[in-house]
Amino acid sequence: MSSIPLFADEEWRLPSRGRVAMISLIIGECGIFAIFVAAYVYYIGRSLSGPTPRILEIPILNTVCLLSSSLTIWLAERAIERGRIRLFGAWWAATIALGLKFILGTAAEWRSLIYDHGLTISTNLFGTTFYSLVGLHATHVIVGLIGLSIVMIFTLLGHVREEHAERIQVWALYWHFVDAVWVVVFTVVYLVGR
Amino acid sequence: MADQTVPIGGSLDAAPPARGAFLEWLHSWVTTVDHKKLGILYVVYSLFFLLVGGAEAMVIRIQLAFPQNHFVSPETYNEIFTMHGTTMVFLFGMPILFGFANYVVPLMIGARDMAFPRLNAFSFWLTAFGGLLLYFSFIAGFGLYGMGNAPDAGWFAYAPLTTSAFSPGHNIDFWALALILSGFGTLGAAINIIATTLSMRCPGMTLSRMPLFVWLMLVVSSLTLVTITPLTAAQIMLALDRYLGAHFFDAQAGGSPLLWIHFFWIFGHPEVYVLVLPAFAIANEVIPVFSRKAIFGYPAMVAASVGIAFVSLTVWAHHMFTVGMTAAGNTFFALSTMVVAIFTGIKVFNWLATMWGGNLRFATPMLFCTGFLFQFLVAGLTGVMLAVAPWDWQLHNSYFLIAHFHYVLVGAIAMCLFAGFYYWYPKATGRMLSEKLGKWHFWLFVIGFHTTFDTMHFVGLLGMPRSIYTYEPDRGWTGLNQVISAGGFVQAIAVLLFVYNLVHSYYRGEPAGSDPWDAWTLEWATPSPPPVYNFADEPEVRSRRPLWDIKHPQDPDWKYEA
Amino acid sequence: MQPQRGFSQIRCVPAFAACLAAAHPVFASGSHANLNIFAPVSTPSRQIYQLSLFTLTITGAIFVSVAGLLLYVILRYRAGKHQPEHEPAQVYGSVQVELAWTIIPILIVLVLFLTTARIIFAIQDAPEPKAAVDVDVIGHQFWWEYRYPKLGVVTANELHIPVSTTAHPAATYLHLFSADVVHSFWVPRLNGKTDLIPNHPNQMWMDPQETGLFLGQCAQFCGVQHAKMLIRVYVDTPQQFDAWVENQKKPAADDPAVAEGRRVFETEACMNCHAISGTAARGTVGPDLTHLMSRDTIGSGIVANTPENLRKWIQNPGSFKEGCMMPAMQLTDRQIDQVVAYLSTLH
Repeated sequence: MSSIPLFADEEWRLPSRGRVAMISLIIGECGIFAIFVAAYVYYIGRSLSGPTPRILEIPILNTVCLLSSSLTIWLAERAIERGRIRLFGAWWAATIALGLKFILGTAAEWRSLIYDHGLTISTNLFGTTFYSLVGLHATHVIVGLIGLSIVMIFTLLGHVREEHAERIQVWALYWHFVDAVWVVVFTVVYLVGR
Repeated sequence: MADQTVPIGGSLDAAPPARGAFLEWLHSWVTTVDHKKLGILYVVYSLFFLLVGGAEAMVIRIQLAFPQNHFVSPETYNEIFTMHGTTMVFLFGMPILFGFANYVVPLMIGARDMAFPRLNAFSFWLTAFGGLLLYFSFIAGFGLYGMGNAPDAGWFAYAPLTTSAFSPGHNIDFWALALILSGFGTLGAAINIIATTLSMRCPGMTLSRMPLFVWLMLVVSSLTLVTITPLTAAQIMLALDRYLGAHFFDAQAGGSPLLWIHFFWIFGHPEVYVLVLPAFAIANEVIPVFSRKAIFGYPAMVAASVGIAFVSLTVWAHHMFTVGMTAAGNTFFALSTMVVAIFTGIKVFNWLATMWGGNLRFATPMLFCTGFLFQFLVAGLTGVMLAVAPWDWQLHNSYFLIAHFHYVLVGAIAMCLFAGFYYWYPKATGRMLSEKLGKWHFWLFVIGFHTTFDTMHFVGLLGMPRSIYTYEPDRGWTGLNQVISAGGFVQAIAVLLFVYNLVHSYYRGEPAGSDPWDAWTLEWATPSPPPVYNFADEPEVRSRRPLWDIKHPQDPDWKYEA
Repeated sequence: MQPQRGFSQIRCVPAFAACLAAAHPVFASGSHANLNIFAPVSTPSRQIYQLSLFTLTITGAIFVSVAGLLLYVILRYRAGKHQPEHEPAQVYGSVQVELAWTIIPILIVLVLFLTTARIIFAIQDAPEPKAAVDVDVIGHQFWWEYRYPKLGVVTANELHIPVSTTAHPAATYLHLFSADVVHSFWVPRLNGKTDLIPNHPNQMWMDPQETGLFLGQCAQFCGVQHAKMLIRVYVDTPQQFDAWVENQKKPAADDPAVAEGRRVFETEACMNCHAISGTAARGTVGPDLTHLMSRDTIGSGIVANTPENLRKWIQNPGSFKEGCMMPAMQLTDRQIDQVVAYLSTLH
């Protein structure tokens, strides 16, 4: 095999498998979200009875928190690239805190919808599509938070070093995806749907 | 049969490790992360379910051999035909293609394993247990006598029949949950293949030098990402409807059963391309080797495959010409369906051109590929007939449709899979499959196949719909159904012969050597079976057919490739 | 190496030829139960038939040429007994050839597509003539409900429509609804099939030009007895149709000799599901029985409408149609006799 000369002196570079895998996963997840968004959009205005999207309050604070967490995770990525582990840990923790705020805010919103407005997944089409779409997104946020927390624990225990920057970036890709999906969900549910 | 002219770098350690107790052997298979072993696990799993699905088909054919037959009750029949379809697509078709991909792709690209070996194992076991959960449904509920709670609403599971109002038992829950689980396994396998083909190729193997098998598996895996996920989403919606009182498909609440139909076929159509492209992948390897020529028009084959994948995402509603879309909607989908026929037709011409001017050796793999070419031609043309929407208004959901898709699934895909078995079995086991049994397998199968599926077109033209457990005696369908059933038995015998060949040749087959077919891709540069690390030295390639370059140093491919 | 023939190809040719033969109308007529899609008697089914012949011609020509090419290649280039010393010339591709076999299929598809589009619009968007008969078809598990809103007729399972002649063209427009799951209305000689989907009304039309009985069945799996949801369409002469409508509009016969049976019907829960006009029975879950004796079959076309079968049906519908929605009502033999006697007067 080594008797065949390589045709050029170029370095043989291939994309990182972690990145490729994460992007593939994201594409697959987009498929799932697309179907739930399609169902949401199709059923706008078709509930026969029960609460309508007018009862929704635009979750501005939640959105700001989640989108800022993309910024903080980006700052964390830059920090670990430069080997500044403590700074990385700080920004990472900030990301978790912002994500957690988002989830708690969502929980509070749902509590109000259920107890104050009587909207559940089985109330009407709006309830069905709202809870399933927003819930699907929230599930992905929770999975992301679990992953982020595990990395946080490793960081606190001193196991995370500069050479892990690539892996951190792959995981951050997932978090950015979760935020991007929120932009879509937010637009469809709180802007278009209302 | 090629002799050992290829210098195999580092062919050391060909002896298997000393066999310990049976439990150790079992443990090594259960905990393996080696792509070759996982590939074999996928294939053995699929073969088992091929036999189960085939048995279900025989029950169907016995029941339909006589009008007003009482071989099985209507409830049982409905479970059987649902499980037949679900098994063949999800527990045979999908796992076997990922099995072949798992085994062959790393070898073809000169890699040591898949990109994520543990994800590979996890994906297999998830798929496997999903399948077992599906079959547990036969035992659940009233157990085997009452045929249990197996899904009974067709593999397409149309709402509202599958909502809890009309399917109050657990049948549909098994369907949805088992497939969601194995769907995640499929996703994992697809991600792994994409990462492997993009990130693990040996030096010199640019994308335009990858074997077409690898290209097609890359395309298939990418397509799978956006094919399986809509089904997963729809099944989650169905589960929410059934368990949490959601209203996705609840007409009483203003919901739309049409939504399920759209979502299912948004999955269902690309799914059949996910199933057929690996067949093309196998043909792309076997036909050139047995024609002794390079594939004709490699760039066009790549482009056509990618084109098929994209266009296949736009044709789904040709399964829905009868639901009452607008004339404009029907027209659009008729057009897109005909367009995809162009891309697929081109491939047939490329294969023909590959054979043209060649030196055709009709060993068993090539016999199956030749049968594939004829049958895929017919299947493609009946597909064009179905694309003509007004004619589809007659043909849809009739036995003509069943004949068409079995022509593709059995006449094209299964034939190529058999070809792939005969082609790569020597590599995986170090022994040749018996040519004599192979020829018996081929001819019996072709005779049985045509007896059944040619005839099936006619009974569909005579107005027989699908999914019926019996039919009226005066419709003129009886004789044709009996011919169809008879052909089924012949195919069953052929398949059993094949399984016997697989087992018998493992112990008694001729030793294969590393390159029994005088082929040109990297997997043939390893011993048979390859050592666990595949290549002792990482190969470097300079063209699409590295072994051709070695065997023909005065006339290597890289001088001619674009 | 033994030469191999493409055996499968040899089988395909007669199969295809037989397909074309079956398409010939001579082949199609004559048998008692004819659901042959190539024996159209109505304008939409005829348009489909002509389109199918056109398509068969094109696909047939493609089949013959490509299969012929494949057979030629197999015979001409198969390896002989002596292995040649060198591999054959390696041809990697040819832009002109590939262009040719891309452009020609595109042109074929263009022609086929334009023809297809024309027929799609001709059938789907055909304007409804004023004099058309309107029928609402409501699909149930596992029977067909037919309502003629403009004529005030409600019946089940056996559809009567007028024949269309050049002198008196008469189209029937079916409006398709479903009470439960997805069904599909398919009578091959009259038209292609159209689905009945809850919350999604559909429409189809037919103008049969021959009188007689035309058969079909449900074509979308709808549950355990999908196979026995049969369709019977009686195409009547204008006189027959008018007579039939007149009869259907009348309220139910009220023969005092079978008053006992009527009482059983009204008190033993039959009226919860069934309607008999002119009585207290107003159920809509099951077929309207007002003119049950005007039908040739019961159970949605599966058995002849005889007192014996009627008796067996009432005693245990599952004996004919296991799993159908009508329960065995646990009537005594005497009660069943009385009900059958009553129902037998409902002409």
